Amino acid sequence: MNTIAIDRSPSEPRQFLCREEEHPRNGTLLGFWLYLMSDCFIFAALFACNAVLGTNYAGGPSARDVLDLHGLAVNTALLLVSSVTFGFAMLEMARRRNRAMLGWLAVSGVLAAVFVGLEIHEFVGMIAEGAGPDRSAFLSSFFTLVGTHGLHVTVGILWLIVLMVQLARHGLTEANRRRLYCLSMFWHFLDLVWVGVFSYVYLVGVLR
Amino acid sequence: MSHPSQAGHAHGAGAHDSHDGSEHAHDGSLRGYLTGFALAVILTVIPFWLVMGPVSLSHQTIILIVLGLAAVQIVVHMVFFLHLDTRSENGWNMLALIFTLVLVAIVLGASIWVMYNENANMMPMSPQYQHQKPGS
Repeated sequence: MNTIAIDRSPSEPRQFLCREEEHPRNGTLLGFWLYLMSDCFIFAALFACNAVLGTNYAGGPSARDVLDLHGLAVNTALLLVSSVTFGFAMLEMARRRNRAMLGWLAVSGVLAAVFVGLEIHEFVGMIAEGAGPDRSAFLSSFFTLVGTHGLHVTVGILWLIVLMVQLARHGLTEANRRRLYCLSMFWHFLDLVWVGVFSYVYLVGVLR
Repeated sequence: MSHPSQAGHAHGAGAHDSHDGSEHAHDGSLRGYLTGFALAVILTVIPFWLVMGPVSLSHQTIILIVLGLAAVQIVVHMVFFLHLDTRSENGWNMLALIFTLVLVAIVLGASIWVMYNENANMMPMSPQYQHQKPGS
């Protein structure tokens, strides 16, 4: 037993190795990202509906008859450019150039508003032709999916208007910067969903 | 503000204040947005051309190409517009995204698979409805 020597010298100061995981000081951006992921589920369910019901025309018009690909090209361009101009607004925010930032935000908002306007015009035209959401399962799923996306864009525009008023009044306070980051994620996310919509619902839809 | 100087600032400051860490992770650069835009335009024009232009490929092939390009474009949007990488929010963004993608794949894949088999095993359509079915 005497071979075990325990060093009990008290002079050595005790040291602990503390390693703390870096954590975000502000959870809002992560929380908003989680919201966007939950939004993904909504769209995934609606895409699944469209995939299953997309050829159930019930003797009514097919996708090829009612979908307007030229209008779709215009809408796609509007949303893409709007996404990029929102990015420019974020760059101006980083440089703290308030006026330029508000300008780019306004451009993004107007482009998105034109997008929603054209979409409503398309919907109204289809309903007038007798190709409304009550006509067939294909049209129900089409209106639900594209309409849900359009509703998101509309809410995004309202949010943008409110935030622009806030920015004009109070400037780039920390709260406003945080809100702007959230809105920019929302904006880019909607453009990302639109890639799925125009590719699958429209372009693949007319070929099925 | 150029990208490298931002990155240097974010890493150089050991004890950064409350909004530094979360903020710089999401900033892009002009070059990044323009690159993303150019790629997105290319990846949008090709599928439109395939569907609307005079292309003599089978529908099956075109559908596969269109869906493939859409998947690539979604990645482009995530990288260049949403600035998603494995480091943002210490990887929690990426983890949430991977979780979502797995569930979305299950929802989409299983729905399509199940309903396809359901359709294929259905009783044949009765003659009075047969003529209403549009030629597919």
